[in-house]
Amino acid sequence: MLSALDDARLSDITSSEASLRRFLHGLPGVDQVGAEARAAMLATRSIKTTAKQFAIDLAISMIDLTTLEGQDTPGKVRALCAKALRPDPSDRSVPRVAAVCVYPDLVATAKEALGAGSDVKVASVATGFPSGRTSLAVKEADTRDAVAAGADEVDMVIDRGAFLAGRYGQVFDEIVAVKQACARAHGANDDGAGAHLKVILETGELATYDNVRRASWLAMLAGADFIKTSTGKVVPAATLPVTLVMLEAVRDFRDAIGRQVGVKPAGGIRTSKDAIRYLVLVNETAGEDWLDPDWFRLGASSLLNDLLMQRQKMLTGRYAGPDYFTLD
Amino acid sequence: MTKFEYAPAPESRAIVDIKSSYGLFVNGEFADPVDGSSFKSVNPATEEVLAEIAQAGHADVDAAVQAARRAYDRVWSKLSGRDRGKYLFRIARIIQERARELAVLESIDNGKPIRESRDVDIPLVAAHFFYYAGWADKLRWAGAGPDPKPHGVAGQVIPWNFPLLMLAWKIAPALAAGNTVVLKPAETTPLTALLFAEICQQADLPPGVVNIVTGAGETGRLLVEHPGVDKVAFTGSTEVGKQIARSVAGTTTKATLELGGKAANIVFDDAPVDQAVEGIVNGIFFNQGHVCCAGSRLLVQESVYDETLARLKRRLTTLRVGDPLDKNTDIGAINSHLQLARIRELAEVGEAEGAQRWSPECELPDRGFWFPPTVFTGVTQAHRIAREEIFGPVLSVLTFRTPAEAVEKANNTPYGLSAGVWTDKGSRILWMSQRLRAGVVWANTFNRFDPTSPFGGYKESGYGREGGRHGLLAYLKAED
Repeated sequence: MLSALDDARLSDITSSEASLRRFLHGLPGVDQVGAEARAAMLATRSIKTTAKQFAIDLAISMIDLTTLEGQDTPGKVRALCAKALRPDPSDRSVPRVAAVCVYPDLVATAKEALGAGSDVKVASVATGFPSGRTSLAVKEADTRDAVAAGADEVDMVIDRGAFLAGRYGQVFDEIVAVKQACARAHGANDDGAGAHLKVILETGELATYDNVRRASWLAMLAGADFIKTSTGKVVPAATLPVTLVMLEAVRDFRDAIGRQVGVKPAGGIRTSKDAIRYLVLVNETAGEDWLDPDWFRLGASSLLNDLLMQRQKMLTGRYAGPDYFTLD
Repeated sequence: MTKFEYAPAPESRAIVDIKSSYGLFVNGEFADPVDGSSFKSVNPATEEVLAEIAQAGHADVDAAVQAARRAYDRVWSKLSGRDRGKYLFRIARIIQERARELAVLESIDNGKPIRESRDVDIPLVAAHFFYYAGWADKLRWAGAGPDPKPHGVAGQVIPWNFPLLMLAWKIAPALAAGNTVVLKPAETTPLTALLFAEICQQADLPPGVVNIVTGAGETGRLLVEHPGVDKVAFTGSTEVGKQIARSVAGTTTKATLELGGKAANIVFDDAPVDQAVEGIVNGIFFNQGHVCCAGSRLLVQESVYDETLARLKRRLTTLRVGDPLDKNTDIGAINSHLQLARIRELAEVGEAEGAQRWSPECELPDRGFWFPPTVFTGVTQAHRIAREEIFGPVLSVLTFRTPAEAVEKANNTPYGLSAGVWTDKGSRILWMSQRLRAGVVWANTFNRFDPTSPFGGYKESGYGREGGRHGLLAYLKAED
């Protein structure tokens, strides 16, 4: 555990590019072989019967049900929202998902479809998703647009080019700026707290676990509410070892700073077995404080139907065919 | 359920068929001992009696050695290396096919978690047979001259901590080199060796090439002192190893001894800390600490002591102690009542000598032999828990300031089997490994085994190497 960082120390770290670099490069390294072995070992946990039922419902409640295609239509988004509110129309006991995740221009549609005051959030990608290759002014405008349309959460991408080139200050400043753009204009919406900011690291482009750990800390220092693995547009997307390293980062960050940050693996999580492995990872790395939709999300789409299928199998003892679960 | 608690996930026992009694495996067949005596093997997790096991006496050991001699003279020494290799490949494949059965039986008899027997022990057993099967027809390139010869009959005595894996370490190179063997498994864990005997039958291995005699220490003594044995291989305690060394002294019998250890696991301030914590856990709590090369002394650099200890303790609270057959168990049962008494005694000594004892909260089952994962801090080199092999889930934590001090403390032990170094600095790994007097030095990992890698000790940890090309040499002699 890093020794506690007080506000003075914190503002010192973030005061200049040089001190940011010193801090990030002073974080303990990640041994690739060891991290992958740990993730692989945890993937052998056998989750059965009551534990499986619990995990399936928890996983459903953590899903950010996502559609991020150029061909998305308002109709598709409305369908997604209906599914989010009632994942299995034949079974009211199925929990709702955490959020729907769409492009900024479809936020208003999603908001309307979910209805005012819905406990299913609307998340919007922004900041020139998925590449992030726009000017800061455009990123800020993109974010303000989404928030003005009612987004409860903003999933931003970091400038991987700047990060990999070592321009940590630039990445930090951008996250801070986008966080500010997440603030709601007065009176525009309910809570005044602004949209929650999820920072997508795009770990598939960061190449090393050391970079994942540094990017995680950088995002958290800049004010991220969540750190998220991937856009889903780059292979590899979320992996267990990457998520392990990020969970260690949020755990250590809370120990040092006292602020809890959420984690969201996204992309490539398709089966219940995959989802349960992530929950095991959370349980045995960051701990049960993170086993909550407020602190852990799964960015996915096809995963939901597999979870529903397994859920029904647990209750009835039989598998139903795919046509018994609705398309979204 | 309001918390994510893992429901029991027991591996089925149905796959193994434990007989009520077992004879000795001599000359390809199971036979009752001459004087008919027997002992019981129990499940250490439940104290349930598993089977009656034959106790081999003088006449039985003699019969086994004679069977091995006949098989050596008439069959095995006349086979080409390629043909010996075929048998070894066949055995390796059968082990893979019957892996689950072997894993379940190993966990029942030994108490180790099924996750380890399934993912570590049995795959390594098969790997050892495959590896040495490949050597059988390539002995002239082993480094023992152009036409190396086997010794003849090998007498092998193995411990209870990795029953089938130690059998593989002994039998695979011996057979590849052209020896025949008489092997004595440990008294508390004979069942997988007896199942291995069935595998030899299934593989049509010529009778007498592998003989298994069960019994306690006396049977082992009869075997290693038998005049018909040309080569002795022993893995076990330093005390017994010394007796064996005395008994073969002045004879033509060759011996290799793999004995105890008190390994230092050294964590520098630039270590990858999360993986180092995993390595500490794996170093001492793997197989309940019943590992001769266990990292039982943790040496932490002073500047990261508090952080490392805090992380380690937090990690230990997530360890799952309990039913060895549960697929989620991390720490199983202590192998025997005797061993449990020894661990308890040394833990009490640790407290009495002034070290601070800590264990995570964990519920231990009522029946069976259990000991919680335990960490001692404030340990000095003079404490018995820093010097004696505990062979249990007990970690002694010491600190150091400089690399030189780390080396000095690590080497300040009568043993020298293994060591671990955790640092991100490659040059320091090399510097340390040149100075650590230990047979194996792991860098940024611990307790990793591979059939291609030699394993063995310095000083009171024994002599000779097992595994790899070096392990083969112990079973070969250059032509006279």
